[in-house]
Amino acid sequence: MKDEALLEVEFQARIDADEKIEPKDWMPERYRRQLIRMMSQHAHSEIVGMLPEGNWITRAPTLRRKMALLAKVQDEAGHGLYLYSATETLGVDRYQLIRDLLEGRAKYSNIFNYPTLTWADVGVIGWFVDGAAIVNQTMLAKTSYGPYSRAMIRICKEEAFHKRQGYEICVTLARGTPEQRRMLQDAINRWWWPTLMMFGPPDDQSPNSPELLRWKVKRKTNDELRQHFVNITVPQVLALGMTIPDPDLRYDEKTGNWLIGPIDWDEFWRVIRGHGPCNRERLQARRKAHEEGAWVREAVQAYARKRQQQAASTAAEVSHG
Amino acid sequence: MAEMENGMRLWEVFVQPRTGKPHEHVGSVRATHAEMALQHARDVYARRGPVVSIWVVPTEAIYATKPGDEGPFFDPADNKPYRHPLFYKVPHGVKNI
Amino acid sequence: MNLETLDDALRPALFEYLLRLGDDALILGHRLSEWCGHGPYLEEDIALANLALDCLGHAEALLTLAGEVEGQGRTADDLAFLRDAYDFRNVQLVELPRGDFAFTIVRQFLYATYACLLYKALQQSAFEPLAGIAAKAHKEMQYHLRHSSEWMRCLGDGTEESHRRAQSALDELWMYTGELFEVDDTLRTLTEARIAPDMATLQPKWREQVETVLREATLTVPEDPPYMATGGRHGHHTEHLGHLLAEMQFLQRAYPGAQW
Repeated sequence: MKDEALLEVEFQARIDADEKIEPKDWMPERYRRQLIRMMSQHAHSEIVGMLPEGNWITRAPTLRRKMALLAKVQDEAGHGLYLYSATETLGVDRYQLIRDLLEGRAKYSNIFNYPTLTWADVGVIGWFVDGAAIVNQTMLAKTSYGPYSRAMIRICKEEAFHKRQGYEICVTLARGTPEQRRMLQDAINRWWWPTLMMFGPPDDQSPNSPELLRWKVKRKTNDELRQHFVNITVPQVLALGMTIPDPDLRYDEKTGNWLIGPIDWDEFWRVIRGHGPCNRERLQARRKAHEEGAWVREAVQAYARKRQQQAASTAAEVSHG
Repeated sequence: MAEMENGMRLWEVFVQPRTGKPHEHVGSVRATHAEMALQHARDVYARRGPVVSIWVVPTEAIYATKPGDEGPFFDPADNKPYRHPLFYKVPHGVKNI
Repeated sequence: MNLETLDDALRPALFEYLLRLGDDALILGHRLSEWCGHGPYLEEDIALANLALDCLGHAEALLTLAGEVEGQGRTADDLAFLRDAYDFRNVQLVELPRGDFAFTIVRQFLYATYACLLYKALQQSAFEPLAGIAAKAHKEMQYHLRHSSEWMRCLGDGTEESHRRAQSALDELWMYTGELFEVDDTLRTLTEARIAPDMATLQPKWREQVETVLREATLTVPEDPPYMATGGRHGHHTEHLGHLLAEMQFLQRAYPGAQW
């Protein structure tokens, strides 16, 4: 038996050599726990994230928009499932993870605790929120844990249409009536700051980051990812003739970065602690679906047990016959 | 409550994108029995084509090597150069060998 | 025959018929889409969204064709979002609220059995564009039937509760199945022109297939009730359709003429 310290050195050497870690490989307990935390939070975010946009499926204004939105929200369910699957390779049970979510022990992305008030929100979510998610997920596709990386590659591929779907809605609104432009600007104003918070607290207040970077679970810091998102998104907003709700926003010639004003981190921590506009509603909706589905899950399990018993007794008859 | 979902077994999903291609592992689903697992696999992993065939296998049916097996199982393959075509010499100018 | 060679005398009946097919698919798709994010577990949530997407796809194709047959320049969206309830031609079966999972599954099963038979027959339609849509829809509806039949067996032969829920959904829905096979002048005209199949030949097949699965599911075939719902094909609906449309058509109605 090799001792823990030696295993850990070997593990780090594999990480440094850019090798992927697979489920049955030795890994530090903390690496496993950090991954379970991150991946299940990511999965929960996909599932809870179905709700704000799902709110508009039945009110989508054209058949094309209705199908695109439904397919997108369905993808989120699929991506939640890929991520739960990948998390299960670490020896946890999906239904346990779901219980953690429903009983308020697990976290999910803050962004889904904000309401979708108009159709423009559907466009802006696709554009901003999925845009931010893509920045994050493109980085995670290179993560050191094999199943997480594979799930991310699949998810990135499938999500390619989400952002364009959102931006296309926004372009249509921007070219539309004054009312539609007002609707769009209002949505941009409401989603801009919460989207920037999606990348997590600034680097100097992100306790997990150094460890996750050393293990190459994450490959870039929160602030790096946030800056990248701002740089690609600001010109897209301006191209629509819309404004960004940040009086301090300015372009820095030297670095080529768009510099933003201060983020209200008090709001971030408040929403994380459960005090956002929709925290309670979102969890209630998930709980309701889970509870109302309980009899269905029991039924299908009972059915499978009966079929198994039937098969067993047929086999017994055959062998005795 | 934990016992309640015991029957939602884990199944590994393999899909074949085209005939002639191998089935590839894509992930897992939870389902009580094979037909349901197959339908779920179709709905989850074949939403975007192309897929021509799907296998579902109960996860517990997979018997696999362990990381500790790596040496004894796979290293010997490294020292059998005679399994590779370039091990053998062929005179210059001879083709299609 | 196709759009160019279509006899003008057939246009009104064919337009009416395409609305019936398209509205069935649209309203059922809408009801199924209400499950998104609220399914009994993740895999089934995804499955229900797939069913909804199939139906909405059929609706788009059928309503587009309806608009072309009508020849007034109406698009599928115009037809879906700018008609009032009394101009909708779907059966009442598809507009009933989604209910619990058993209700949704039983309805899907009853409808998919019908739609498989219908679309199979429609592949032989003399009106080629319709035969083309039917070929694609038939493939997809076969999966709906496989999916809902498996669930019928699971629910019927699962737990006491699931059996009770499935049976009660079945009893409640049975009075809405008569409409599926109603024949009127519109349909007779199209059957004569070999555009639509003879519904009288489909009904016994439907009954037989439904009964087979119900038997496997240990469910009881309901007695035919004293009143079979009717009226949907002529614009007389349940109270539910108006509310469904109020929600579905909200943006188009609130911002007339806007592009989305």
